[in-house]
Amino acid sequence: MARPLVTIGSIFLTLLGVSVVIFVILRLVPGDPISMMLPPGATDEVRANLERLYGLDKSIPAQYVIWLRNVAWLDFGMSTQFRLPVTEIILDRLPATLELVLLASLIALVLAFAFSILAVWLQVDGATLAIDGLAGLAQAIPDFLWALIFILAVTLFAPMMPVSGRFDPRTAQDFATNFYLLEALVTFRLDAFAELVRYAVLPALALGLPLAAGITRVLKGALEEAMAQDYVMLAQTKGKSRLAIVLGEALRNAMIPTIALTSVQLTFLIGGTVLIERQFSWPGIGSTAISAVINRDLPLIQGIVLVFALIFILINLASNELYRAADPRLRTER
Amino acid sequence: MKKLLGLLAGTALAANAASADDSALTIAYNVSLPSWDATVGVSAVNPTIQSIYKSVYDQYIDQDPDLSFRPGLLTEWGWNEDRTKVFMVVREGATWHDGAPVTPADVVWSLERAGKEETGNPIQFLWSTLGNFTVDGNRIEADVLRFDPTVFKWMAFLTAYVLPKEYYTEVGAEGFERAPIGSGPYMVDEYVANSFVRLKRYDGYWGDAPEFETVIFKFLPDASARVAEVETGASDITLEIPYEEYDRLAAKDGLNGVTTPVSDIGMIFINDVGVMEDANVRKAAAHAINKDLIVDRLLRGYGVPIDTLQAPEYAAFTAETTVAYDPEKSRELLAASGYSPDNPVKFKIQTTRGFKPKDYEMIQAVTGMWKRVGIEAEIEVYEIAKHFDLRARDALAPAAFYNWGNSIGDPSTSTGFSMFGPSPHSTWDTEDVDAMIGPLWGEQDEEARIAGYQKVDAYIAENAMVIPLLQFVQPIIYRDGLSVTPHVANFLLPQNVSSN
Repeated sequence: MARPLVTIGSIFLTLLGVSVVIFVILRLVPGDPISMMLPPGATDEVRANLERLYGLDKSIPAQYVIWLRNVAWLDFGMSTQFRLPVTEIILDRLPATLELVLLASLIALVLAFAFSILAVWLQVDGATLAIDGLAGLAQAIPDFLWALIFILAVTLFAPMMPVSGRFDPRTAQDFATNFYLLEALVTFRLDAFAELVRYAVLPALALGLPLAAGITRVLKGALEEAMAQDYVMLAQTKGKSRLAIVLGEALRNAMIPTIALTSVQLTFLIGGTVLIERQFSWPGIGSTAISAVINRDLPLIQGIVLVFALIFILINLASNELYRAADPRLRTER
Repeated sequence: MKKLLGLLAGTALAANAASADDSALTIAYNVSLPSWDATVGVSAVNPTIQSIYKSVYDQYIDQDPDLSFRPGLLTEWGWNEDRTKVFMVVREGATWHDGAPVTPADVVWSLERAGKEETGNPIQFLWSTLGNFTVDGNRIEADVLRFDPTVFKWMAFLTAYVLPKEYYTEVGAEGFERAPIGSGPYMVDEYVANSFVRLKRYDGYWGDAPEFETVIFKFLPDASARVAEVETGASDITLEIPYEEYDRLAAKDGLNGVTTPVSDIGMIFINDVGVMEDANVRKAAAHAINKDLIVDRLLRGYGVPIDTLQAPEYAAFTAETTVAYDPEKSRELLAASGYSPDNPVKFKIQTTRGFKPKDYEMIQAVTGMWKRVGIEAEIEVYEIAKHFDLRARDALAPAAFYNWGNSIGDPSTSTGFSMFGPSPHSTWDTEDVDAMIGPLWGEQDEEARIAGYQKVDAYIAENAMVIPLLQFVQPIIYRDGLSVTPHVANFLLPQNVSSN
């Protein structure tokens, strides 16, 4: 009973700490939203008036108290550039980011498991070397550079692949939610689903490749280590095939370090959406974050940072639970 | 799975076929549009976004592609004899996108709203110069509360859009953001922030009907994505791409290019602090820069060297004021103040990097030229938000690179605001310049006002109080079958694009 309460309490404390840090930093770094909107000819009076209108004429602690009081009622304020409530903007765009992250994670996991299992199963030097080399290359190139490579490759080799947006802007969309991919899948609209995947595949690949490489290296190493254990030799003496041993015996133990790494890498992947979404004009929370920073949209930056922080916390909690599920020793220690 | 793969291939082929739709124009655009209220907030003063606003809304007064003024929603305008009143005649037959007529009440409401402090219009200081509006038929009269000779020019500039009084009042500010309507040639069909906006031709538009039934602005801040879009045929037209890419694409089969000098100049602000108080140092810095070389080598010829803050299309431009490239003179000037290449004068120069074409590279070239005559400038890269902040606090480095847009071409919005000490945008604050500019703010004789600014520009150039470098050139790439009329104000207007 006490553990969930402690967890919830620690989530709130972490978010509170994050909110203080981001609130203060945003107001101390050079550049403010008023300077961004002052046209030629604006006087000091105009500046003072705008500061008053946007509540920036008060002290930082006073601004923070007002903001926190509103946040308690889930009111994150008004975006200065979009001129809409921050909560509405985040709820509107978060689904696009979550779907992109989900697809990227799926691509990363499929690639990583396929290559790792293949390498350990085959035990051929050439194949292992090739997989290690590919993983090294995929990890050495950051996601935003993969995005650039894909955009250039489209120009040269695949002009039918879109490099911008979430769907064809010439066609009207009639989805009830903003989870377009999931909704199309659940409602069996396969033609719409295929079209959405076509738009999502390049940004998802750019995001997912470095993650796939990271998981491959850890999973492959863990599988190789597991294959050298006594219980594997016992399974071999029972006449099980190597593939059956990899999948049935070694994989479960290799999962423990893989889960730990994947959860950490997943948070990097979410951070990566900031650049990838901008490069591919993906209308998610990442591209919104970068335009908020460029335009010094303080309420929106604060809201997005808190949402990112909450997502990171939830991922860590989920990975802890998965870790416990995968490792019986942790369950007994509880 | 097989079915899904088949569908994926099918949609790809369908996408290619759709790109040949002649009734639609797809523009790979370089900035995203955050807000639909063109009169308040950050977007309202962002010159790059105005192309989209001008497609949906009408301005009080419009501008031709060469910057000359023409009727917008106002067909006539002017002052009375003693400049104490203005009159405006509102166009008959204009309608909002919901079919309601545009009335003088809409115009008065828009002007009054813009002039109120509480609405947050950044140009409020100008709109509040008019008041006590009266309406007689389609004619509006107003008192001039404070005379500003540029008020009608501003009616074609930032935040000068007429919004629908009834509709806006009914739906409120947030409702308007979600479902904006204007009286321009296109109406908003679908808008996805940070991704695209789809516009539909408004058949009730009072002016010439634009050719394309559908216009899509795709928001692509990444230049490589814009290049890919136009090269693969996913977009019909794009702009603001590197000049190297422009040359490559313009030479390619199926694509065409057009360039035009625009109302945007690159300049080095001089702050009157430290060594910059020494006129010899400033003049040496100005004479040591070979602007032709910068344009030819760095910008592949796409730029127009300038010596004052007036581009050739501006009202106060004169070819008589020049600053010669003369490195020998620079050395002499520096020697007079005790400096030489062995004993250089040192200061910091700030610049953006990637905000404008080759901005950082230009400043690298400038510091290289300076070094040869005895100036050692340390480059500091800053982002644009920091520039605005430092400029507002008059805390820029002794030299700072920036670009200055002025789509109405008036000298008050170039030399005036950037060089007049009390202006928050001025970095140079000296009594001599302020004394010259001050009387021009209220000058009623237009010829005398323009001549006055030309004298100020000559004085500033002679004393190197700012170093204008060049007028930027806008590169536009478009597919075969289109005809594009570029706009000196840097707009890419779909209504100015047609089929051959």
